[in-house]
Amino acid sequence: MIDQVSVAPEKVIPPAPGSPVAAEPRKQSTLTADVWRQFRQHKGGVMGAIVFLTIIFLVVFGPYIHGVDPSALNVRERNAGISLAHPMGTDNLGRDTFAQILAGGRTSLSVGVTAMLLSLFVGTTIGVLAGYFKKLEGPLMRLTDLFLALPLLPLLLVIIMLFRDTLRRSFGPETGIFMLIVFVIGITSWMQTARIVRGAVLSVKEQEFVLAAKSIGTRERRIITRHILPNVLSPIMVSATLGIATAIITESALSFLGLGFPSDFPTWGRLLFDGVNFMQINPSRVIWPGLAISLTVLSVNYIGDGIRDALDPRIRGR
Amino acid sequence: MFHYTLRRLMFAVPTLFVISFIIFALLDLAPNDPTGNLPLTIPPEVREQIRMSLGLGEPFHIRYLKWLQQFFIAEPLNFIEQAFGIEIGNSAERVRIRSWATRSPVVDLIVERMPQTLWVVGMSYVVGILIALPVGIISAYRQYSWFDQIGTFVSMVGFSVPTFFTGVVLIVVFSVYLGWFPSIYDTTHRVTGWDSFWVQVRQMILPVMVLALYNAAQLSRFVRASMLDNLNQDYVRTARAKGMKERVVLLVHVLRNSLIPVVTVIALGIPTIFSGAIITEQIFRVNGLGQLLIIAIQGADIPLVQTLTFIFAVLIILCNLIADILYGILDPRIRYD
Repeated sequence: MIDQVSVAPEKVIPPAPGSPVAAEPRKQSTLTADVWRQFRQHKGGVMGAIVFLTIIFLVVFGPYIHGVDPSALNVRERNAGISLAHPMGTDNLGRDTFAQILAGGRTSLSVGVTAMLLSLFVGTTIGVLAGYFKKLEGPLMRLTDLFLALPLLPLLLVIIMLFRDTLRRSFGPETGIFMLIVFVIGITSWMQTARIVRGAVLSVKEQEFVLAAKSIGTRERRIITRHILPNVLSPIMVSATLGIATAIITESALSFLGLGFPSDFPTWGRLLFDGVNFMQINPSRVIWPGLAISLTVLSVNYIGDGIRDALDPRIRGR
Repeated sequence: MFHYTLRRLMFAVPTLFVISFIIFALLDLAPNDPTGNLPLTIPPEVREQIRMSLGLGEPFHIRYLKWLQQFFIAEPLNFIEQAFGIEIGNSAERVRIRSWATRSPVVDLIVERMPQTLWVVGMSYVVGILIALPVGIISAYRQYSWFDQIGTFVSMVGFSVPTFFTGVVLIVVFSVYLGWFPSIYDTTHRVTGWDSFWVQVRQMILPVMVLALYNAAQLSRFVRASMLDNLNQDYVRTARAKGMKERVVLLVHVLRNSLIPVVTVIALGIPTIFSGAIITEQIFRVNGLGQLLIIAIQGADIPLVQTLTFIFAVLIILCNLIADILYGILDPRIRYD
């Protein structure tokens, strides 16, 4: 977005059309390669990708390197500052904050990714159906408008309050609440995806290759999966990245309001919520989880920005 | 214009009813027993009587219709009576929606909490708009300048960092370390003179700033994009060619046209800010609507939750309607589609 004006690195002098020598020096450029080249020029996007991958790496492999049990109590070292043994200090019960952040990150990120996948699936299905089948367009779009008019945060809180105990009983405390939160976030965040996908499908549907596929007798399902879906992949990818960000924020907001995961099962939002009461004694307890959430969301938003620019043919051509 | 408004209304009213049904059904069908928290020594017959007295004896559709009647007829009538000091019909026998926890009418509780929320939320929205407009205009006019680059970064950070983190950081910095502002909003505080007014301002600064920065981050990007769309239009060149001063071109010609989509976005954003206020109120202990909702949810006070959630829904639909109509008034092309 910022540096579209900068000159493309390997700018080859455009050959005269139709000259046989011209095709030789430049490799056949695929769409993926083009997009990747454009993405690399987006400084924010690249930085975001590096930060996000680092966070994922730390969260996945961190517990093997920093092998402290996140729930191990050590009352002698409570509220300790930053040291080599405890890179982010300890809390009021002497639990290692860094280990808790790593453990919490696993939950927060997996909630974010799973909820995003669910909302992407619902949104894409509804968007494709509404865009492709004229008959379904009216009802499905009314449904989308209806969902957009729902007061989402209050409803999320209400649903969790009402169904938490039932699910906890049938699936166990952790799995139950995980399923509930993922389901609830996924089912309330698909609307933007559906709208964007429908718009894209409407324009792709009118193109000649779809007509060609139809005329050779391709079945509707195959047209959708082979011809329509690959061509609407770019808006889906953008909403996927942004979906992770919203899901992580929503999960932390729920945990922050005390209606998310139980406190022996840390997530970033939950750690922040628990830390607020000790804010005056030990401000680092709120800073670290908050920083983790913010950094993740910021990097994901930048990646989304980069992908959007890279996939925009009007910008990519330059 | 009349037809356009009518068409929008035709969609808004059924949506409202469907949503009221969803909210009512969701809360009603949930596995939840209002007598679950009472002592186990209460015999089952008494328990059944308590359930009856809470209005749970009747079938689902009757309760739904009664709730609708209470919400759309009884409560507005009460409100009119109180506002004008008159009596319409038999107001003593009118059944009101009562909270299970406090046994007082839900609407009274809401009216009590409303001013705090409106003050904090309203102020933050106004402050947010006042920050966003100049930032967006300058960013667009000097595109890719250092101001624009910094503005883009700050607004990206602004809407990536959740309000519950900014709120907590502001408290740590400004009330724990610097001690400039109180961290808790005192709602019993009355403004009587300049001194108490200053106290009120000081306690409002932190919650208002948290929400205002978040809004400004989103709105300023929108103002910028909308200004950029208009700056390259032909009419801008014409205005310049006529010899208009740059200030007039920018602030009269371009700004007016760019504000058309911005106004609708501002209207659409009002409900979001109310749900943002739920979190902010929780951080700063403002006893507004958001906190009331959280307390009601934790106490499983179903009538209160139903009414509050539905009020949020009404707010969303109303703001959508206002946004649509405003857009129709400001941009005549929209009306004829």
